[in-house]
Amino acid sequence: MMTIEEFGRRLRAREITSEQITEACLRQIEADNPRLNAFITVMADDARRRARQADQELAAGRDRGPLHGVPLSIKDLFDIRGLPTTAASHVRDGHIADRDAPAIAHLIQAGAVFVGKTNLHEFAFGTTNEDSAFGPARNPHDPARSPGGSSGGSAASVAAGMALATIGTDTGGSIRIPAAACGIVGLKPTLGDVPTGGVVPLSHTMDHVGPLTQTVADAALVYHALLGDPHAPIPAPMRVAGLRLAVPRAYFCDLLDDDVRARFEGALERLQSAGAHVADVDIHHAADIMPIYLHLQLADAAACHAATLDEMPERYTPPVRLRLEMGRYVLAEDYVRALAGREVLKREVDAALAQHDALVLPTLPIPAPLLGTSTVRIGSSTQPVRTVMLRLTQGFNVSGHPAISLPAGLTAGRLPVGVQLVGCRGQTDGLLRIALACEALISFKSQV
Amino acid sequence: MTIESWLSAAIADAEARGLPELKPLLEALAKATIALRAANFIQSPADSRQS
Repeated sequence: MMTIEEFGRRLRAREITSEQITEACLRQIEADNPRLNAFITVMADDARRRARQADQELAAGRDRGPLHGVPLSIKDLFDIRGLPTTAASHVRDGHIADRDAPAIAHLIQAGAVFVGKTNLHEFAFGTTNEDSAFGPARNPHDPARSPGGSSGGSAASVAAGMALATIGTDTGGSIRIPAAACGIVGLKPTLGDVPTGGVVPLSHTMDHVGPLTQTVADAALVYHALLGDPHAPIPAPMRVAGLRLAVPRAYFCDLLDDDVRARFEGALERLQSAGAHVADVDIHHAADIMPIYLHLQLADAAACHAATLDEMPERYTPPVRLRLEMGRYVLAEDYVRALAGREVLKREVDAALAQHDALVLPTLPIPAPLLGTSTVRIGSSTQPVRTVMLRLTQGFNVSGHPAISLPAGLTAGRLPVGVQLVGCRGQTDGLLRIALACEALISFKSQV
Repeated sequence: MTIESWLSAAIADAEARGLPELKPLLEALAKATIALRAANFIQSPADSRQS
């Protein structure tokens, strides 16, 4: 499937229309969705109407910017007026959104075409997509495997060519994890950059909205459209020569699948060969990330779900219900300890970045796991799948730093690996400039 | 409240609410709470560190 950038060039050269690319996506959905279960709602009629409108507007001289006429999929956690927002849960049965989420309104203003709403881990509370009222989404690289989560249907839709890009949410890694598992780009902007109104919440203190795309340039285009700035150009890449990158080895590189480690080290070597300076850096409390995250996220989620846990507990999938119930037992004093730990972690990541342009680390310690497995072997140890999948991403939800996952090749078993770049807080564009520079050296565009 | 007394009370409450399957999850949370408290992010009035 062509990128947004390429489509835009061809659209304006009158070589293709929005209707044509939208029909191609709808055909791909019809062919592959029965196998991948990436979509909960396919918006074929609406997509055709918006695509036709986009073509008519362009013919009349109105160009809404780089997303004009671009078919996107939307995680089914965002309100789109007139449609159900299921959050992949029967708790939401009967819901119809009466307005567009602000992020969605920005995309409509930018001329985007929505082909459908994508499957996810119920209420975005999981990393595998297995617990969904609509059944699991599946990984296009191997349908026996998870596409990652929680934005798993979103990532699968882009990796399989059902949309040019997609919008996800990320509370502990839910954009970056599926991006890595499916071999695409996933951007978690700085905390608070993109409005979260009209998005079913999981954690009011750690939810992020961002794009999953085929390239970093596309991520920049969609990110700016989400901000309500649809005409912003792709930022200029930084120069790789002289770029200062830091690897937080302790904790972040302690527990990695052998193939993931090899792809990561290979990416570092290519960056160094191109003139980047790569040094190790220490984040002193990195080993405390999991307990900090867990106490914040569980309590935040339990607060969001308290009423429906009491009123309709049977409508949740049992694993998600149990994890939400667990959050009701977090003591206030421990939540406050976690908040204090969060401030410490922010300062430590800031300090690690003070002398460097970005941190570089793997996104996901393992390749996409088989659906139905609760543990995974890494070296000689057996680890819980959920804990391992969150291990390298959740810290930057706690700290709020922007982070982007880039595809970094395939394992021997032909499964994608992701490498993550983390930038300074409040400088998502700066991170995108670094990612644009590093993309060709890190990435290996995986084909499905 | 000590973590031991919190865990006992939480498991008893979960069982009383018909959720005995919460026990392993609460035990895992207790381990995380031990780690969180050991990190000592909040200064105690008895702490000798400078405020």
